Amino acid sequence: MSVDAATVRKIASLARIAVTDGDVEAMVPELNNILGWIEQLGEVNTDGVAPLAAVIPNHQRLREDVVTDGNVRDKVLSNAPQPEHGFFAVPKVIE
Amino acid sequence: MAEITDLGIAGIRDGFRAGDFSAREVAEAFNSAVAAGKALNAFIIETPDHAILAAEAADRARAAGELLPLSGVPLGIKDLFCTAGYQTTAASHILGGFTPPYESTVTGKLFAAGAGMLGKLNMDQFAMGSSNETSYFGNVVSPWRRNDGGNAPLAPGGSSGGSSSAIAARLVPAATGTDTGGSIRQPAAFTGIAGIKPTYGRCSRFGIVAFASSLDQAGAMAQDVRDSAILLEAMCGFDPKDSTSLDVAVPKWELGLSSNLKGKRVGIPKEYRVDNMPFEIDALWKQGIEWLRDAGAEIVDVSLPHTRYALPTYYIIAPAEASSNLARYDGVRYGLRHLPDGANLQDMYAATRAAGFGPEVKRRILIGTYVLSAGFYDAYYTKAQKVRALISRDFEDVFKSVDVLLTPTAPSAAFALGEKSADPLEMYLNDVFTVPASLAGVPAMSVPAGLDGQGLPLGLQIIGRPLDEQGVLNAGLAIEERAGFNAKPQNWWSN
Repeated sequence: MSVDAATVRKIASLARIAVTDGDVEAMVPELNNILGWIEQLGEVNTDGVAPLAAVIPNHQRLREDVVTDGNVRDKVLSNAPQPEHGFFAVPKVIE
Repeated sequence: MAEITDLGIAGIRDGFRAGDFSAREVAEAFNSAVAAGKALNAFIIETPDHAILAAEAADRARAAGELLPLSGVPLGIKDLFCTAGYQTTAASHILGGFTPPYESTVTGKLFAAGAGMLGKLNMDQFAMGSSNETSYFGNVVSPWRRNDGGNAPLAPGGSSGGSSSAIAARLVPAATGTDTGGSIRQPAAFTGIAGIKPTYGRCSRFGIVAFASSLDQAGAMAQDVRDSAILLEAMCGFDPKDSTSLDVAVPKWELGLSSNLKGKRVGIPKEYRVDNMPFEIDALWKQGIEWLRDAGAEIVDVSLPHTRYALPTYYIIAPAEASSNLARYDGVRYGLRHLPDGANLQDMYAATRAAGFGPEVKRRILIGTYVLSAGFYDAYYTKAQKVRALISRDFEDVFKSVDVLLTPTAPSAAFALGEKSADPLEMYLNDVFTVPASLAGVPAMSVPAGLDGQGLPLGLQIIGRPLDEQGVLNAGLAIEERAGFNAKPQNWWSN
């Protein structure tokens, strides 16, 4: 499988990364080079092998359903690029 | 007496306890070394105030007879660890100026154990790189130089290259690192220091900027094996804030150190003998085998048949997890925001991420997005997780008959900055010996074992059973004692 310029534009859009025509032109051969090398996994017989879920066996823990944190609004907002009235402000999303 | 800055963790701890010097003297000596070492670009920010405050507390604790395990010991902290009140960027632009209001579990444990912080160490951006050339804050330079008189600036390895450079240059006695595919072991090998990645789950990932969560693991980087054991002991432990944290006791690794390997079996995996490996690395590996035999171990030839598929497996899984983890950088809650005139929310996301991520980070996010996208998920990601299961099984099988494995850490000595950065694939291949243990989650360490013909350090890697860090450290100690590695780079960087 290989990618072309349209595919690179599509995945960049899915990843929410703006790209220029020049970026796309450079990325097509780079990504194809890497993806081509990854293809060698096709040689490995994985019939009947379950995909690995956890490297070291561990059990899922449950904790008490109680509040452990909170009332830290100002801390949460302390690194925001545009905090307003106790909220994160963003460009208008509805007309 | 030796210079204070030549001492490692054990030397500082024991000298401080014996009253040879105060913690404040130690902190001041290292603060001066850090301030004078700017040519290495090992630090993103320096935090002399933190080191002094911890030292003053240590001096008071000594007077009161209430010493903690790391009282008086200042450390370097990789910039991937969130430090409350101190900027944490993961060497990225997108987290520029980010000041965490909370502390990572690992740094919290270190500070609670009495350690101070000398500064936040430079690294590859989001820990993606093997040479420290992807940092937004510029390349880290290794203190080592080839003996050809050319003075070409060399890579300190990556991604924990600020950590390795600072330890090798004696700017810090030891430092934290993180290892996703070799980011502790390869830089340790390149700079003549020791570094250990524990079993996945030993160190809490809480507060460590995430790269690939099923692989990321913090660990210790230090001058020698004993210091690595001391530091790792203080970093590990169960943490309910990390769902993959292991609820197991942390052994007393320093107390358990023993270089007597009688009754131990050491496996030599034939798949780690790769084409074009420099003769000197092969020779050093053979020497390492003899050292372990001399320490009483039995040497066994073993096979890990899926080794050659580890790297391509890694370069599916790690970018896939990264593309998901790095989705959080959106210009809304923290870090950089780029808002072009008239832009809507979607434009803002895309502009922020285009401006905030470096080229290697973008490359990996795009690969990850592609392999996870509809129609390709099974062909790439599921396939990679199946091969990962086979790689993990290889280790399980081999550890039925041997206690540890011995391999080289990297396929070359340190290369020059710029030498491999043009071709991403060539850079990825540098992690060929370190990635398999990361995929299997098993503990592994690099110990300095010798110099090559150009006067550059080479490391040997020991890989152990899950949770058997002691076995790894002990084999490392056996090599360290026999290698007698005491080479140091000549100081050209102090101003």
